[in-house]
Amino acid sequence: MREFLLLMAVVLLGTGGELSMARAMRTVGEFGEFRLGALGRFLGRAMLSGWMWIGLGMMTAAFFALLGMLSIDNVSFVVPVTALNYAVGASGASLFLGEQVSKQRWVGVAVVCIGVTVVWLSKG
Amino acid sequence: MIHFRNFHLRTWLLLPVIVILGPVGNVLLSKGMKDVGAEMKWNSSGLLPIFIGIFRSGYIWLGIASLLTFFLVYMLMLTWADYSYVQPASALSYAVVGILGYFWLGEAVPPVRWLGIGIICAGVLIIVGTPHRTTHPGTTHLATHGTTPQRPHQTPHEKTEKV
Repeated sequence: MREFLLLMAVVLLGTGGELSMARAMRTVGEFGEFRLGALGRFLGRAMLSGWMWIGLGMMTAAFFALLGMLSIDNVSFVVPVTALNYAVGASGASLFLGEQVSKQRWVGVAVVCIGVTVVWLSKG
Repeated sequence: MIHFRNFHLRTWLLLPVIVILGPVGNVLLSKGMKDVGAEMKWNSSGLLPIFIGIFRSGYIWLGIASLLTFFLVYMLMLTWADYSYVQPASALSYAVVGILGYFWLGEAVPPVRWLGIGIICAGVLIIVGTPHRTTHPGTTHLATHGTTPQRPHQTPHEKTEKV
C-alpha cells in the first residue's frame, strides 16, 4: 500500500509538474541558439512564468516520493513502473496543452501501460 | 555560436543525452538511498535521520546533478517538440535503467521484468513515429487540423502567457 501511494505521488505530481513546465516553456519561445549567455537569458525568461514555479514545486515533491520508492524497491522496478505517467501525460497534453494526440500515439501509450503492468507483476 | 535550425538534428542529438543521463541519475539515487538505509529508518526513527542521510550522501548529490542536466535538456527540447512526443521518446531510458541496475547495482532482474521493459520500449517505438509537434511555438492553443508539424523557422515569442 505504501509503495502504491508513493507511486501515485510520483506519477500525478511528476506529470502535473512536467505539464506545467511544458506550458511555461511554450510561452518563452523556441530555443535554437546554443550559447551560454543565450541559455541564461532563456532560463531567466522561463523563470518569469508562474507555471514554471508551479511545475518545479510539483516535481520537487515527486522527487522526494521517488526517493522514498527507491529506498524500498530496486531501481529496475521503480523506474519502469513510473512509466504509468504516459497515460496521465498524454491525457494532460491533450487537455492542458492543446496537443493533438494521434491514434498511433494512443496505441503506443497503451502498449507502454501494458509493459508497466508486466513490470509491476514481476515483483510477485 | 552554434545554430541548430534543423529540427530533426536537434532532436536526435539531444535525445540520447536524455536517455543516458536520466537512468544514470536514478541509479545513483538508488545506490545513495540504499546506503542511507532509509527503509529501516522509515519504520523506526522518523524522517529527520533520512533527510540528514540524504543530504550527506555523495551518490545522491551526483544523482541530483545528473538529473538536473537531464531536466535542462528536457526543458530545451520541450520548446520545439510536443510534450507527448518527448516524454515517451525518453522512455527508452527504461531499458537503460534495467541494464544499469543489473550490471552496476547487481540487482536481480527476473525475465518477466525484462519482458515488461521490452514492451515499454515497443510502445516507445510506436510513439516516436508520430509527428514531433502539433501546436505552434509560443502558444498552447489547438493547432489547425492537418497542420504540418515541423516549423523550425517560425519566429519565437508569438505569444506570452503567465498564470
